[in-house]
Parts: sequence; structure tokens; C-alpha cells
Amino acid sequence: MEKFTTHTGIGVPLRQSNVDTDQIIPAVFLKRITRTGFEDALFASWRKDESFILNREPFSHGSVLVAGPDFGTGSSREHAVWALKDYGFRVVLSSRFADIFRGNSGKQGLLAAVVAQDDIELIWKELENHPGTQITVDLTSKTVVCGNLVAPFEIDDYTRWRLLEGLDDIGLTLQHEGEIASYEGSRPSFKPTTLPARS
Amino acid sequence: MGRTLAEKVWDAHVVRKGEDGQPDLLYIDLHLVHEVTSPQAFEGLRLAGRPLRRPDLTIATEDHNTPTLDIDKPIADPTSRTQIETLRANCKEFGVRLHPLGDKEQGIVHVVGPQLGLTQPGLTIVCGDSHTSTHGAFGALAMGIGTSEVEHVMATQTLPLKPFKTMAVTVEGTLKPGVSSKDIILAVIAKIGTGGGQGYVLEYRGSAIRALSMEARMTICNMSIEAGARAGMVAPDQTTYDFMKGRPHAPEGADWDAAVAYWDTLHTDEDAVFDAEVFLDADELEPFVTWGTNPGQGVSLSQTVPDPDSFADENAKAAARRALEYMDLAAGTPMKDIRVDTVFLGSCTNSRLEDLRAAADVVRGRTKAENIRMLVVPGSARVRLEAEAEGLDKVFTEFGAEWRFAGCSMCLGMNPDQLAPGERCASTSNRNFEGRQGKGGRTHLVSPVVAAATAVRGTLSSPSDLDPLPTSSDAASPAAA
Repeated sequence: MEKFTTHTGIGVPLRQSNVDTDQIIPAVFLKRITRTGFEDALFASWRKDESFILNREPFSHGSVLVAGPDFGTGSSREHAVWALKDYGFRVVLSSRFADIFRGNSGKQGLLAAVVAQDDIELIWKELENHPGTQITVDLTSKTVVCGNLVAPFEIDDYTRWRLLEGLDDIGLTLQHEGEIASYEGSRPSFKPTTLPARS
Repeated sequence: MGRTLAEKVWDAHVVRKGEDGQPDLLYIDLHLVHEVTSPQAFEGLRLAGRPLRRPDLTIATEDHNTPTLDIDKPIADPTSRTQIETLRANCKEFGVRLHPLGDKEQGIVHVVGPQLGLTQPGLTIVCGDSHTSTHGAFGALAMGIGTSEVEHVMATQTLPLKPFKTMAVTVEGTLKPGVSSKDIILAVIAKIGTGGGQGYVLEYRGSAIRALSMEARMTICNMSIEAGARAGMVAPDQTTYDFMKGRPHAPEGADWDAAVAYWDTLHTDEDAVFDAEVFLDADELEPFVTWGTNPGQGVSLSQTVPDPDSFADENAKAAARRALEYMDLAAGTPMKDIRVDTVFLGSCTNSRLEDLRAAADVVRGRTKAENIRMLVVPGSARVRLEAEAEGLDKVFTEFGAEWRFAGCSMCLGMNPDQLAPGERCASTSNRNFEGRQGKGGRTHLVSPVVAAATAVRGTLSSPSDLDPLPTSSDAASPAAA
């Protein structure tokens, strides 16, 4: 995974709560078997509306999405994170993220930063009054800078560390192979196995 | 201090305790796989040259992309077909047991696990699907994961996880006739909101939960994610054991006894403390239905479409306005006046034999409203066979409904079963998001009996709204003529 320390890019105000992953990427795009190439699928239904924020300049070049509360609810599809990244987003700001979406973001190097709703409102106003305003997100100091506003954001320490170091989870876990094997040896015999198949 | 059910299952799976804010490393007992969220994970293993660590704790089925008609023919959509073929090739390469379309154990992954007896109390169960919470009905800690985590479990049979907070959802009392577990969970979500469960494992408890069948408990746990909770659980009891006994992968002999002795310990201790608590009075509950575009936007069926201005929060107001526009509904409209075009009985929420029986009991001997098309989609090939053995297929087809093959079907707009733009559906599924059942489609979430009654009347209805059927003595008696 690529390291993430700081990012500066155009902020995109998405004044909406409960943006579920079916909106971020409709199921019809989930038939693909690749992990990339989902930029066309991002917000596919909403992008058919000409007035949608990503169809307007300069927001179409945005890389910091600023959304309402409960972003990423619903389906566990990691494709939602892939689509945001493929489009060019590096950061999503919201006052509340769905658990699975936040986890998926952390695995893929997309920063899901929790910002207080009051600050989100101020950022929305700034972006709407001055379209094209760049937002700087600093993971080291856990701050967001937008115009004159400097706001703190929350992220759990472990995800932060992994993003800063660009570490791959599987590699980290496999360092504990001995402990996994030892746990496996102690599992009770009544626990089920899928093989051999019984019917 | 005592521990909650969720904490007990968690503690029993810690391979390595996280230090300094690091997550715990948890062992995963069962990994369920389907075609949509696995191809990139298998590819990741291949690229890294890693084996799949425990094929014997992994099982796959085909459900999201599969058609529910003409299942003996090749899948028409080439991208769907490719995804299914990719799963088959991956399962063969990595030695994973697969129940493909046409197999007698094929079906929705969350119906298949319990039916095979693989879903058991005290297990950790994961799947690249948010409705994995379903399996918590057995007292398992079961949660949906993303594809990176799918690959992680394939490679290591573990997951690094931060401990959850716990929330007790206590439902006391007795449900009225015509009120079901679906109404309980829709009411819970309306109460705590779509984000209310974020960061929590929910434990459903209280007399109303204890009185429920396993199927009904699965319906409730299934929709925990719709309240934002990654997992929901019910402590195992005799109902659980009765459901499991004799299933193909349930323990046998001495193993059964050892398992029950362990399962009996899986309940929240009396002195345990939950981080949050919610109460619901089952006596007061009525059939529940959604009016908006997230599962928290629901009311009792006897109520009206709410006025967006009645919400205190600005975001909720804006969301309600947008939802009413999308749903083409006016505030103040009685829910029971809303005409629907399609009724969908199916999905991992409500496609089990008990759901089909409940709906069949409502429509038996009645005629479908002319304006309605009704799809009945059993959750698995086995449910379909069992329903047919009881003659339920005939009840539905004589009523005028379509009797389909097993799969996710119209729940998610990914296979051929979809709503047309503007079409309105009473659906027993779990999500009423914009476009969820097909682009431009409008969804009202309901229970199986409300779905069935709606198909009779053509407008959102509960069984109590139906005219009584003539009794057999009326029909037979000349005096009645």
C-alpha cells in the first residue's frame, strides 16, 4: 500500500447524509472481476444528472470529498472504495462513517477522516462560496485546512500508523504464524469443518 | 465483572491480544464465499503466491448474479457469467467446496450456512457480504467484511479487529397476530437510526426474542447492519439446539454433548454491563413499513407518510425531502393508500421456509390484485424443494405469483430480476436505497405477511385488512345461498 502523510486537493461538497454504498457504486458494476477501472461507476446514477456536483467544474477534478453523516452505509462492497480511488479521491471527510466502509478505506489507502459536523458545515460553505478551494489533510497532525479553517479530525491510531507506513495487513499478520498455528491446535473437535462435505 | 455474550465469543477467539491500541487478532471459524466479493481476493492470493490456509473452514455458493429462471441454460449476461465462471475456477484451484447453480445445496449464502448446520453458536463467521450478521441468530459473532479482509482471511484464517462496544436491544412482551420479527427490526432501526449501531455489536434479548423461531431470529440479526451494527446476536437456547440437531454438519454423539455444554455458557452474565441499551415493547408493535430511501425511514402501516418538516434535525429534514421526491410520495398520505406494482417475497432476510409458509397462509384461496406482479424466490434450492413438498409452490402459482429458483434475485439489482424505473415494490428484502432493486425503482420494506396481503389488495396492507374468506361450511351449506 502507498504511504499517506499529507494530501492537498480540490474539495467537493456533497451535502447529503446516508450516502450508502449502492449510491457510491450500483450493484450492476460489481460483476467485474478486476480491482481497478471503476472510475466510470462512481455515483453512476447521480452522475446522469447534469447538476450533480461531480458534473460541475472545478469539482470534477476534486480529490477530497466532504460528505454528510453516515457515509458508506449498507453493502460491504469494497468496490465503493476502489471507485472513489479510481476517480481520484484520496480523502473523504464525514462526521460519521459506516464501520465496514471505514475499514475498507483503511485497507486501500483512502483516508476516511472523521470531522465534527459543525466543521463540515463550515467547509461546505467555504467550498460553495469559493469553488475550487483546496483542502489540505495532514495525517501526521490529524488536521484539515480549508481556507481560514483549521479543523482536527479523528482516525484510529492503528489505521493511522498503517497508512503513514503504507503497511500491508496480511504481511503483518503472517509475522504471527506461530501464534496462529498454536491457536489452531487448541480448537475443540466439535467445531465444524466444511470438508469433507456431508449431506 | 461478568461478560456479555459478544465478549465471551470474542475472548475465545483471540489469537493475539493487541497492545498499544493495536487491534486483537481473531481466529475465524467459518468463511463463507460468493462470486461478487471474492475474485479480487483470490487474485491477490495468486499474485502474492499465498495458499488459502484453511479450505476446510471455507465454503462457497453462487447467489448474487444467478438468474431465477432458466437456470439450466448458460447465464445470458456475459459479465455475470464470467464472474460465476471465475468463482468456479478459483474454488477448483484453491480446493474450496462450492455449491453451484443447479446444485441442491445452492442458494443465498446466509440461508445455506444455517441449513447445512455449519452455522453454530460461539463461532466467528465472516463473509464478504454485510448481511453476514444473519448468523448471529445462533449466538455466533458474524460480520460482513470487505474484499481486502476476504483475502486476509483466506491467507491467514484470522482478522485484526478492534473490540466492539455492546448494545442490548431488549424486546419484552408478546407480538400481536400479523406482527413478525421483521416488524421488530424495522422498528428498532427507525428508533436508533441507520447509524445508531455503529461501532456496536447488538444483542437481542427479552421475552419476545426468546419466543421467536430461528428463522425469525435470523431475520432480526440479518438487518443489524441496517442499524449500522456490523453484528447482531441472540444467545443460543433450546430453540437453537432443536434447529441444529441432525443437520449435516452439526456435531454428533460425544461432540454434540461437548458442544451443548459449551453453548450453554454462551449467554450474557447477570452482572455484565452493556455500553448502551434500547427497549422495545412487543405488545405495542404493529406491522411496520418504510416510506423513504433508507431503512430507518419507516412508520407503522396504519400511519401516514411523514412531513419532512416534522424532523428536528436539518440533515434528517433534507434527507426526508429528497426521499419523498424519489419515492414520489406526498406527506400525509396514508401508507395503506399507496399502490404498488410488484411484490417481492425473498432475500436473505425473508426467504426461508417459515417466511414462505406465513405468506402462503395469507394468499391461500385468494386472488392476486390485477395490477400486481409477485415474485416468490426461495432462499435456497433446498428451501424450494421443501416448500414444494408441502405444496406451497401450488398455493403461490394458483394465487397468480411466479415461483422462481433460489438466489438473491430482486433484492439488489444485479441479476435479471429488477424493477423498471418508477416501479413501486413491496419487498421483504432489507434495503430501500435509491435504485437498489433496479435503477429508478421504489422500495417499501415489509414483512412476508404484509407482502402477501399487499399482493391481494394491490395497496400496502396487513392481513387484518383482508376480507374474511368464506368458510367451508358457508360454501357447503345450502342455507347460505
